[in-house]
Amino acid sequence: MSTTTYMVIAAAVLVFIVIFQIAKASEYVSVLKGEDHSRKQNNRINGFMLLGFMILGFIGVWYCNKLLYKTTLFPHGSASVEGEKIDEMFMITTAVTGLIFVITQFLLFYFAWKYQEKEGQKAFYFPHNNKLELIWTVVPAIFLTVLVVFGLKFWFRITSDAPKGALEVEIVGKQFGWIMRYPGKDKNFGRTYFRVISDENNNSLGQVWENNDSLKLTADPANYDDVVTTTTMYVVKNRPVKLIIGSRDVIHDVGLNHFRLKMDAVPGIPTTLWFTPNETTKERRIRTGNPDFVYEISCDQMCGNGHYSMRGIIEVVTQEEFDVWMAKQKPNYYVAKPEKDPSAAPAVADTTAKPAAIAAVVNK
Amino acid sequence: MSSEATHVQQQTLTVPHETHVEIHHGHHHETFLTKYVFSQDHKTIAKQFLITGMFWALIGGLFSVIFRLQLGFPEAKFPWLEMLLGEWAKGGQLQAEAYYALVTMHGTVLVFFVLTAGLSGTFSNFLIPLQVGARDMASPFLNMLSYWFFFTASIVMLSSLFVQTGPFSGGWTAYPPLSALGEASPGSKVGMDLWLVSMALFVVSSLLGGLNYIATVLNMRTKGMSMTRLPLTIWAFFFTAVLGVLSFPVLLSGFILLIFDRHFGTSFYLSDIYINGQALPNEGGSAILYQHLFWFLGHPEVYIILLPAMGMASEILSVNSRKPIFGYMAMVGSLFAITILAFLVWAHHMFVTGLNPFLGAFFVLLTLLIAVPSAIKVFNWLTTLWKGNIRFTPAMLFAMGFVSLFISGGLTGIFLGNSSLDIHLHDTYFVIAHFHIVMGVASMFGMFAGIYHWYPKMYSRYLNNTLGYIHFWVTMIGAYLIFWPMHYEGLAGMPRRYYKFDIWESFKHFGTLNQFISIVSIIVFLAQILFLVNFFYSIWKGRKVTTQNPWGANTLEWTTPITPGHGNWSGEIPEVHRWAYDYGKDGKEFTTQTTPVSADESKH
Repeated sequence: MSTTTYMVIAAAVLVFIVIFQIAKASEYVSVLKGEDHSRKQNNRINGFMLLGFMILGFIGVWYCNKLLYKTTLFPHGSASVEGEKIDEMFMITTAVTGLIFVITQFLLFYFAWKYQEKEGQKAFYFPHNNKLELIWTVVPAIFLTVLVVFGLKFWFRITSDAPKGALEVEIVGKQFGWIMRYPGKDKNFGRTYFRVISDENNNSLGQVWENNDSLKLTADPANYDDVVTTTTMYVVKNRPVKLIIGSRDVIHDVGLNHFRLKMDAVPGIPTTLWFTPNETTKERRIRTGNPDFVYEISCDQMCGNGHYSMRGIIEVVTQEEFDVWMAKQKPNYYVAKPEKDPSAAPAVADTTAKPAAIAAVVNK
Repeated sequence: MSSEATHVQQQTLTVPHETHVEIHHGHHHETFLTKYVFSQDHKTIAKQFLITGMFWALIGGLFSVIFRLQLGFPEAKFPWLEMLLGEWAKGGQLQAEAYYALVTMHGTVLVFFVLTAGLSGTFSNFLIPLQVGARDMASPFLNMLSYWFFFTASIVMLSSLFVQTGPFSGGWTAYPPLSALGEASPGSKVGMDLWLVSMALFVVSSLLGGLNYIATVLNMRTKGMSMTRLPLTIWAFFFTAVLGVLSFPVLLSGFILLIFDRHFGTSFYLSDIYINGQALPNEGGSAILYQHLFWFLGHPEVYIILLPAMGMASEILSVNSRKPIFGYMAMVGSLFAITILAFLVWAHHMFVTGLNPFLGAFFVLLTLLIAVPSAIKVFNWLTTLWKGNIRFTPAMLFAMGFVSLFISGGLTGIFLGNSSLDIHLHDTYFVIAHFHIVMGVASMFGMFAGIYHWYPKMYSRYLNNTLGYIHFWVTMIGAYLIFWPMHYEGLAGMPRRYYKFDIWESFKHFGTLNQFISIVSIIVFLAQILFLVNFFYSIWKGRKVTTQNPWGANTLEWTTPITPGHGNWSGEIPEVHRWAYDYGKDGKEFTTQTTPVSADESKH
């Protein structure tokens, strides 16, 4: 241990001893002066401190907001259309609860100070009053009804089915990273099964693209054009995007703080979430003046010792940029089996898939 | 149980009077072992719970200081940490696995061992027989077992800190599959087995205690002590016990299924898992099932922690305002409403698990409904202060601090209970701020209030007042300084349970704030050590209590001798003639419950 550590410990111990001795001494003094006298003195001091605490507390709340508001997500607004509603809901709730907060904290500390023990003051015997109690049952109930109504209105909107024509992306969590899949030209995700997952063979999602007799699997042709990427997800500005969320191992959570949304990724139980990005990454960089800005996906559910590093990125682009990017992506089937790639060896399987087979596995 | 209880009562009643005067020896021969270790006296068992709880609070608090050091100073090296933790702090820097182990243990220990066993175990045990007018619990033997099950749970949990793969590290909620699979995390290996065994023992302890509390309150009230004359403390302990008895078994069932999944190849919670390059055989289970079972206890647990604090704060506010508690029946009614609603809101912890949104809507409604009884309580506490003649004892200050924190933390619950906001704020620092204020610190304040208030009855000595005031003010100011700014981190979306934030564009700008919070939390931790010193010093050296009723309170515990023996009252148990809150009635400062109603007394 370094000398500074010893010094700090020594200083702390010393402060402790001093406080303890003072406290002991003050007790002797109070016994000598008369306990009643010292009790009254303590009462005055603490009554004053409670009032001071309230005043400084309110100033502190204001100052904290002034200092930290800019560190929150509010100054730059929500990056999704749905998130705007959530921000609105937040502000309504803050207004209502803020009012109650100020009133009740004020009364608590003001009453304490005002009605502290005084010579000759008698407590008022006031055991109950039905009218008052009725008022403060009904008034909060009304406030809460308003909040519930607003909340549920937004909630049902957010959790409704994604609009037609939404871009669909599958996002799968694993310890400790994200895998994304796009359905490709046929707009259908091929079937996946966890027993055929194989990281060595470039099949990180377990796409069923060949027959497997022991597992009784038949190849799903819809898999042949599915594009699989990791870490970064491309989505389109002003086009709703529907996430189909899954997990390979433990529970993760797709946390989209800029879009004001999140949803758990649970192994075995697919979940969904949709939103409409309203600003491209580039636009936001310019508007916020932060050239390093990125939309991040944070894992928000404890998933193991690498939880804190499970970072994904959402790149919001225009439709044109998206199309250009997508055209450059090679379907995962061809990444895993380069020998089947038509661009490497022409005239291959892709088109031989029977339409009926595709129809049978429509987008599970 | 009840036959045993009457047996004890009869035995005490038939013992000749003079043995009771010798209070230090009690009514039967006691050895050191039966008096201090395997005691069946509810007062001793209460102290055992309290001191074990304090030990755990110290450990749990120390853990939080260590992981706060990591959060505040992620780049700094603390060589002493390596001395303390060895491999866990290689080169003086806390490792991720250690960080998660500490966070998990902090949560488990504080929620279950400190704020459940330490709070209910202490004050339900101590106050129920004293305030209802009983010689002891309905079954003193089961009561003793309750403590020793808790003690054993403690030993097992403590031992898990020393196993090679470390204690469980997947968060105190222990969600599978992370908690079910040793492959998923080293903490989920033998550490998790010990965690489960310890928690199972804890549930047994909690049930033995809870059944005893219920039986005692219902069956062993003294003559004249009708239910509506009970002090609010007892009502609160009663409802707490009911909550525990009905919800802990569900938790245990969840744990048993988890044990089966871990060791016996079942698939209750497991399905479609590929981990460490291997697909597991399990199919068809639901990881969400565990969350339902867990939160079916987990949410009532919040009230198991909070209700005793509410009850004690009500009592202490009334005694020190020298005024009756305002709206006694409304207070009982709101406790009852909270108890019922506590069972109907668990899924608000699961809005973002993919729960059916329609189902979620009901949980939103029921969750926000809880705010109504909570609001009634707050307004009634405020009205209790109004036009009082208030004495600021340390207990009173902590009770007022409890109300302040309950308001602050309760209001943020209105944000989180509303699913459309929870979908944004879930699992961020906003949640940490919310539940630490309303459940953690507020209940801790209730516990401190109780300790300062009933210490004279426990040890026949006073705690040092000056240290009490310092303790209160440092903790009060510190608690707000620590947790208030965390709301803002949550509003940036900063997730909880992150070891560090350096790679995150969205969260890395909170470095200074995290440092500030860490420094304040160390100071607050030191103030708690000051309290511990005060506590143990005063047991032997504190100012002696010389009057039977030092606070001028109405309740029965202050009619016992200054140092009550086993059996509590030397003679017959006093009869009760009125409710506990006749303060300032008819110009009299206080009228104890044992005072008969006189003919000229005004009615209310």
